[in-house]
Amino acid sequence: MMRSSSNREYSTVAKVSGPLIVVHRIRDVAYGEVAEIRLPSGEKRLGQVLEARKDLAVVQVFGGTRDLDTDITSIRFTGSSLKMAASEEMLGRILDGAARPLDAGEGVIPEVMLDIHGYPLNPYSRDFPRDFIETGISCVDGMNTLVRGQKLPIFSGAGLPHNQLAAQITRQARVLGEEEEFAVIFAAMGITHEEGNFFVRDFQNTGALARTVIFLNLADDPVIERIITPRLALTAAEFFAFEKDMHVLVILTDMTNYCEALREIAASREEVPGRRGYPGYMYTDLASLYERAGRIRGKTGSITQMPILTMPDDDITHPIPDLTGYITEGQIVLSRDLHRKGIYPPIDVLPCLSRLMQGGIGLGRTREDHPDVNTQLYAAYARGRKLQSLVAVVGEEGLSSTDRQYLAFSDRFEKEFVTQDYTVGRSIEETLETAWSLLSLLPESELKRIDRELIARYRPRTEGERYA
Amino acid sequence: MIEEGTIVMVTGPVVTADTMTGSRMYELVKVGHEHLIGEIIELEGDIATIQVYEETTGIKPGEPVVGTGMSLSVELGPGLLGTIYDGIQRPLPLLHEESGFFIRRGIQVPSLDRQRSWEFTPVAGAGDAVGPGDELGRVAETNTISHRILVPPGTEGTVVEIAPAGRYTIEDVIARVRGDRDVASVCMMHRWPVRKSRPFAEKLEPKTPLITGQRVIDTFFSMAKGGTAAVPGPFGSGKTVVQQQLAKWVDADIIVYVGCGERGNEMADVLREFPGLEDPRTGEPLMKRTVLIANTSNMPVAAREASVYTGITIAEYYRDMGYDVALMADSTSRWAEALREISGRLEEMPGEEGYPAYLASRLADFYERAGKVLTLGREGRSGSISVIGAVSPPGGDFSEPVTQNTLRIAKVFWALDADLANRRHFPAINWLESYSLYGGEVSEWWHERMGSDWDAMRRRMMGILQKESELEEIVQLVGPDVLPDADKLVLLEAEIIRESFLFQNAFHAVDTFCSPARQYRMMQILHRFDELAHHALTEGAGFEKINDLPVRSSMARMARIPEDTYEGVYGEIEEEMRDQFSRISPQGPGGREGMAVDE
Repeated sequence: MMRSSSNREYSTVAKVSGPLIVVHRIRDVAYGEVAEIRLPSGEKRLGQVLEARKDLAVVQVFGGTRDLDTDITSIRFTGSSLKMAASEEMLGRILDGAARPLDAGEGVIPEVMLDIHGYPLNPYSRDFPRDFIETGISCVDGMNTLVRGQKLPIFSGAGLPHNQLAAQITRQARVLGEEEEFAVIFAAMGITHEEGNFFVRDFQNTGALARTVIFLNLADDPVIERIITPRLALTAAEFFAFEKDMHVLVILTDMTNYCEALREIAASREEVPGRRGYPGYMYTDLASLYERAGRIRGKTGSITQMPILTMPDDDITHPIPDLTGYITEGQIVLSRDLHRKGIYPPIDVLPCLSRLMQGGIGLGRTREDHPDVNTQLYAAYARGRKLQSLVAVVGEEGLSSTDRQYLAFSDRFEKEFVTQDYTVGRSIEETLETAWSLLSLLPESELKRIDRELIARYRPRTEGERYA
Repeated sequence: MIEEGTIVMVTGPVVTADTMTGSRMYELVKVGHEHLIGEIIELEGDIATIQVYEETTGIKPGEPVVGTGMSLSVELGPGLLGTIYDGIQRPLPLLHEESGFFIRRGIQVPSLDRQRSWEFTPVAGAGDAVGPGDELGRVAETNTISHRILVPPGTEGTVVEIAPAGRYTIEDVIARVRGDRDVASVCMMHRWPVRKSRPFAEKLEPKTPLITGQRVIDTFFSMAKGGTAAVPGPFGSGKTVVQQQLAKWVDADIIVYVGCGERGNEMADVLREFPGLEDPRTGEPLMKRTVLIANTSNMPVAAREASVYTGITIAEYYRDMGYDVALMADSTSRWAEALREISGRLEEMPGEEGYPAYLASRLADFYERAGKVLTLGREGRSGSISVIGAVSPPGGDFSEPVTQNTLRIAKVFWALDADLANRRHFPAINWLESYSLYGGEVSEWWHERMGSDWDAMRRRMMGILQKESELEEIVQLVGPDVLPDADKLVLLEAEIIRESFLFQNAFHAVDTFCSPARQYRMMQILHRFDELAHHALTEGAGFEKINDLPVRSSMARMARIPEDTYEGVYGEIEEEMRDQFSRISPQGPGGREGMAVDE
């Protein structure tokens, strides 16, 4: 695609500022072209052209601009866009944020070289995701079902067990009645060594490592590299999904660090800032990552994304979760309140959502009662939660008998439905059975969102029967 | 004259080129060796700034820019319906054929099929004096949509030749019109610049409701044919579901659905679902009355900016034929952000929150292209465009510029509420915040077709809901127990209205659409309950007895009774209600007043 004409080297760096350098007196440099920067020490770093003029280029330097100077530092434009070597051998490998091996192995021998920015997928070529993924987590399967090809982020806060949840889902996820080739792509952006090790260890222990490619950009790695880490991961994912027909689960953590890096670059380019200093194009930029999930007509493979982000100050209206929520197909939200109550996983189902669940549940997919049970649980739990705050003011005596039943329901919902063990997955049947036994705490006349026929078929006959 | 310039700078979707003398503002240009499509958005001396509708990676300073002499235009003619386009009217299925799953750049494909022939029936005859908007002939574009071939704007004179009935492609000349100076050849297709609104004779007052089959909308916050509506809401509040529901069920002839900067999987959903759905009025697949424009969030940002104009121009084209068109734009915020992004790259002085200062005027320009009009042409057809724009305010904060500027223009405001969505109350349209300025205009329609009590009943219901929110505050302080029975009844009735009327399940086969007649009947039942309950209370029945009536459970399921059987079932519910109330009333059979109104 890119005509390579200029392989010349320049040592006309005029300005170094933040992660950017400005190079003068150049010719024939293309927008988006990759450059190789040689430091006075001989070290080499990669960069990419952000602005191309007739005789000047602005280049962002992956790996940071530390130790660059305006004298000896030289830059060579490669005439190519940023590409990654992809190969099936990548499975089981641990790479750094720029896809260099971190483990004992050699560099990846490329089967193909792929542009890491990818191309926009034609919406017409997409296949609508409908295959139910059983994650074994009741709050996800029962309330916010994940399907193959979806992008469903976890909105968390500092100190909440999002990593455990992501690891548990990775371990338990399966598609009913199918044994198909799967792969996990794990991309870490700016997380700590400890967190990185947690995932690596967990993948090792469960044997998932052999089917996993790990990209690690840790907290002390160059910030700017965070911009390309998720793109490398998604390029690898597209390779496995659409060239190798695998079902790929991509975990991106922590998107907050990625967005911070984006802001840093925007600031050093002196761009007009949008909300809270983040660049105005952050929506588009995030979409160029998140939209690389999905299925393609006539292809077996799929890319399912589970990005993790920590909401600054647990604020869901902060630009990072906000823009993410506008792009992804729902979100799983963790709650500090539930975490304090000792509930694992501390999923607050009320702000959670899965936009694609309607196509993936019901008769022939999960179970015929699933859609109705889902909305009924929501309505009942929302009412119970509202009453929880009321009780704090007026006491339980001030409530009607129905209200007290709702209160009991929401209490047990948190303890029995939301709460589950880190090591135990529940099948969708178990999840729905638990739901019905909780719904039977309410009078049948209150189950307004469930078809009468389904009530007759699934509702346990006497209240508390299962618990007696 | 074709101009050629040279690129001097590339930064993202913005390219600057020099020696562009002779170029015009908004002229379409071909950028670089790969002929990427771009549009001139700024001229200074011989330097032009161009926004490029395709990815610019790999483009170098020094590459050529070639002018086309045209503005960004769409092709208008038979074959639009049922098609899915990108933001600059390239058919996505053709792009798929040309470049596979991923959209490569520099691909040029025709917007309308040149090979396909259409059965043309002439209406005008040789010798007729015609002007813009006069009908030359017809093409049956679908089983129900007769595509009128009109004299395009700017052509006037005498028909010297008209093609006989037969099959023609859109490029075949079907008529020659002799004007003052020359003879114009008219094909079934013509081009129109997207940023210029198509002419019409006169704007008319929108008076007919646009029936959506959504109870909360039709009954409380009705939209008019030719009206404008804004649907703002935080993510997850169901904007897209509302938009899609409207695209499925509104009683417009033509739907233009613009997916502007939204999710690819959602467009895949529309593509999967629409061909299988039936238009409730014609029995035809919904896709056959729909034009989809999909510029998803990962597609080039400049084309996102163009997509809403592409959509509204196509809408105007069908309006001119005398059709009622509904256009959904999901989401106008993404369009505004595209403006902001381009404006930022031009280093323009930013206005509020970084948006350009001309945001308000651009929004107004767009919404002003909606409306009910008397079209050009001697027939005096009337057509309409109803625009429903979704807005995605950051953090759900309605005070942000896009929402505020939209509200200044749009006449209907459906405020989506995260709280309602969290409780899975859908559509999550907040009944206290939303409004419609068409209420007065459309009530006549309801009164003529349904009954003169329509307005009174809905006011009564809204009164109950408003009273509920006042009472809620008291309940939060002292609990529900201490309220007098009359207030408890208000809370109960409000709950019934919310659960059985306002709540509507878009994914339920029956509940997804509710005809106006059924909405009216449901409201009557709720109203009857209100009358009987108040009567019972004054008779001394006590709140608890009303609260325990089993009929409530039947009322909660009203929405799921199919259109063909509801008449009977609703009658039974009313019977049941009367019967149960008469039993709890200490005075014996009660609610006589209510029955008197009924019969």
